[in-house]
Amino acid sequence: MTAPSTHTTKPATGIPALLKTGFINAVIALVLFSLMVGIRTEAGSEGQLTYWTRFGELASLVAAVFGGSIVIELLRQWIGPTGAEKLVPPAVQSGMSFVGRYLAPALLIFTLLVPVIFYNQRYILDLAILVLTYVMLGWGLNVVVGLAGLLDLGYVAFYAVGAYSYALLATNFGWSFWICLPLAGILAAFWGVLLGFPVLRLRGDYLAIVTLAFGEIIRLVLINWQTLTGGPNGVSGIPRPTLFGIPLNNSDEGLAAKLGIEYSPTHRIVFLFYLILALALLTNWVTIRLRRLPIGRAWEALREDEVACRALGINTTTTKLTAFATGAMFGGFAGAFFATRQGFISPESFTFQESALVLAIVVLGGMGSQLGVALAALSMIGGFELFRGLETYRMLVFGWAMVLIMIWRPRGLVGHRAPTVYLKKAQAISSDLVKEGHG
Amino acid sequence: MDYFAQQLINGLVLGSIYGLIAIGYTMVYGIVGMINFAHGDIFMIGGFIALITFLILISLGLTAVPVILLVVLLVSMAITALYGWTIERIAYRPLRHSFRLAPMLSAIGMSFVLTNYSQVAQGARVKPIPPFITGGYTLHESQDGFVIQLSNIQIMVVITTIVLLAIFTWLVSRTRLGRDMRACEQDQTMAALLGVDVDRTISMTFVIGAALAAVAGLMYLLYYGLVDFFMGFVAGIKAFTAAVLGGIGSLPGAMLGGLAIGLIETFWSAYFSVEYKDVAAFSILIVVLIFMPTGLLGRPEVEKV
Amino acid sequence: MSGERILDVDQLTMRFGGIVAVQDLSFAAERRKITALIGPNGAGKTTVFNCITGFYKPTGGAIRLTHDDGREIALERLNDFRIAKQAKVARTFQNIRLFPGMTVLENLMVAQHNMLMRASGFTLLGLVGVPAYRDAEKRAIDLATDWLKRVSLLDRADDAAGNLAYGDQRRLEIARAMCTEPALLCLDEPAAGLNARESAALSELLLSIRNELGTSILLIEHDMSVVMEISDHIVVMDHGVKIAQGTPREVRDDPKVIAAYLGADEEEAMAVMESGS
Repeated sequence: MTAPSTHTTKPATGIPALLKTGFINAVIALVLFSLMVGIRTEAGSEGQLTYWTRFGELASLVAAVFGGSIVIELLRQWIGPTGAEKLVPPAVQSGMSFVGRYLAPALLIFTLLVPVIFYNQRYILDLAILVLTYVMLGWGLNVVVGLAGLLDLGYVAFYAVGAYSYALLATNFGWSFWICLPLAGILAAFWGVLLGFPVLRLRGDYLAIVTLAFGEIIRLVLINWQTLTGGPNGVSGIPRPTLFGIPLNNSDEGLAAKLGIEYSPTHRIVFLFYLILALALLTNWVTIRLRRLPIGRAWEALREDEVACRALGINTTTTKLTAFATGAMFGGFAGAFFATRQGFISPESFTFQESALVLAIVVLGGMGSQLGVALAALSMIGGFELFRGLETYRMLVFGWAMVLIMIWRPRGLVGHRAPTVYLKKAQAISSDLVKEGHG
Repeated sequence: MDYFAQQLINGLVLGSIYGLIAIGYTMVYGIVGMINFAHGDIFMIGGFIALITFLILISLGLTAVPVILLVVLLVSMAITALYGWTIERIAYRPLRHSFRLAPMLSAIGMSFVLTNYSQVAQGARVKPIPPFITGGYTLHESQDGFVIQLSNIQIMVVITTIVLLAIFTWLVSRTRLGRDMRACEQDQTMAALLGVDVDRTISMTFVIGAALAAVAGLMYLLYYGLVDFFMGFVAGIKAFTAAVLGGIGSLPGAMLGGLAIGLIETFWSAYFSVEYKDVAAFSILIVVLIFMPTGLLGRPEVEKV
Repeated sequence: MSGERILDVDQLTMRFGGIVAVQDLSFAAERRKITALIGPNGAGKTTVFNCITGFYKPTGGAIRLTHDDGREIALERLNDFRIAKQAKVARTFQNIRLFPGMTVLENLMVAQHNMLMRASGFTLLGLVGVPAYRDAEKRAIDLATDWLKRVSLLDRADDAAGNLAYGDQRRLEIARAMCTEPALLCLDEPAAGLNARESAALSELLLSIRNELGTSILLIEHDMSVVMEISDHIVVMDHGVKIAQGTPREVRDDPKVIAAYLGADEEEAMAVMESGS
């Protein structure tokens, strides 16, 4: 196991060394792929297994690894031994924080105008709604992970609670979206506290597994409690949202008829767009305010040093619980929106993959940074969408993207923390100093 | 009573498989302090490689069962170990001194990669194999006709687990490598100063963990007679749950936790409901952690003030 | 008599498994005075601190805190954060525990958490931005500014705490503890790692806290120049038990103390004797 590989060798010099590296990596690739790619198995019609060989694909993959590792090695020598760090020099980084000040308002204005610019492009509007949903989820989880430093791998559970709360209340009792929305948030927050209690004493990876388990429990209950949730078939016929009672449809009661304009299905899409934008901005506004209030400072202090918090008389129990509840509440809101937008929900929408995606957005964003989370959601969901054509390869690309992004920027896109209060001048704090919490 | 005994056997067998996977989690956690989320998928890859090796050997006309088993075991252990080694090199080593969430997300990404890789490479359909090891013993037959069965494959799973555990315990407690591993667990900087090759030791940890997962994959294949690309996720979460339940970082704890999860799942299915077996396993995990925040055999965390 | 005392430690015992870290320790700290707890390494001083501030639950004994108004609080029955919140005991740590990723000012704002929490109507009023909260926040910033002046860190108010030099971090931690407006301030080796000039400044700071604010101080310290200069009363511990107590002069001449230090660490024993000569 002492074979040199791309990641520990000293910069190889000269063509023979390059070829050697490439050759060794190609041999490793050959062994790795020999059976998994070189042989394809398939269950026949009577259940018996058959197999056939795919040596062509195997050969091209191995060749790709050979070429790829030589290219990477050359790049590495060209950029320098530390690679990723040097890609973004400090001057550029501070420049980025300067741009950041104007980037956020510019982004906001652009977002507000999206329905105007892309009015006739249903696909883009749908994608924008999806991105905003993840921006909101990211901002919600950011409270728990980014501010309070508590690792939550089951955030999707609260999304699910919100979605099912609205779906069930609306389909069973006919309650309107605007009554159900706060209820969905409250119910999700309640579940957040419920999850918070057992995990209060847990640290680090114990917290991770318990939140993950919690997410799975919720999903399994949704699948199996058929009488309430419809099981794997989910809940369908969820009412569409109304503009405070005025439906957005083609009827005489509809908004279009009342305004005397011609009905178009795009109206509803535009309405949904502004609805999720408003919800996301509410999340953002509340989070920014909370950061400047004692509770928000206590969350961040908790992330920095829990023992010191207790020595200062901060009740860490309630501080953690409020973080969980606040994050969960935003997840619940987003869930209710998701349900009314889709009109149909099933447990399939609430898998661990969703939790991982939202967590990746938060970490890629640079934990605790609102702008970073928004940018991360945009690039992740947007990037995901680019590979829509390659359905089967999508998760493969997503997985590699997560690995490479973490190697490239383990601290996320925005590597600075903005202070919540200042005497003379607000100075960004380098993320090297900021703790990540023990949770 | 007979029903109970039968479920006990089934639970122990399932628990052995979980335990083998859990050891991989616990070892990696002990030495680099990260959750290797891709470990469940390593187990899945191990199952697939075992399946493909079987197919090849059978189509080559081999019939001697012990020979086939041995070859399959060695091939799947070797190739899966290489997967573990490569993943550590690519996805974890560059992040070793980075902040803690980064390697975890990298691991989650790697898990997605492996799941999808095997879906793309081998298709999404479940791959069954015909029963390979058949027969067994009837331990007891009651008046009302209920039979306690102990199949050969069950015996094999348990014996393999015990043998591997013995080898493994010897490896960790008696060999140079084991001593290096324990040294790195305590303090990597100090270990490096004292001449321990930290990189190599960590690599070996991943290799051993992956090899054990490959054995678990083979056992799973033989016991259930099928593999599919998604089996790594559920098995991985269960095994990780087992590792945490036993006290992460503790090797006997991982085995104990694996057995506990296997038994809980089996008994819950047998006496309550099959649908909620996983809910039961996870709920018990949460309850145990409330009262024992570091698991069953985990060392209590002393808070230094 | 009890009006004079702020802290009564009575027969305090702390065991970890089979190890007895502190045994039947009794001492008192007087109001508006500086009491020092000294002793060789491993004497159990920090354990005593952790019992007083609630990080450990004592195996036996009582710790009583008496406030100015005569209200008595049994500290051994309170949780850690309640001791700081209700009993008004603040502490610092041997290995400085600041919030490194927050600014110096933010560190001091976190210290005023409970006051600000009430003023913000437990967040709800603060969220809508009532004027009362803004006033309270302004007062909090004023208090913080005041302390920054005292510890001469005003220029660094907007810098990350983690970027401060070691000595500055030590002073910031004391300022942070003082921002909780404590009745009793417990300092765990505040002079550790400081140079002579910084130690002198520290002595001055602690004396001003006692003289101007009337805060009682309990400190653990190895730097004998600081201890002998500022302490009103000294308690000497060794191997978990009290071996001597008294004024700096009495302690300095106590043969048991010298023996304990000689037995433990020559350098420290020399320090005791030198400061006595």
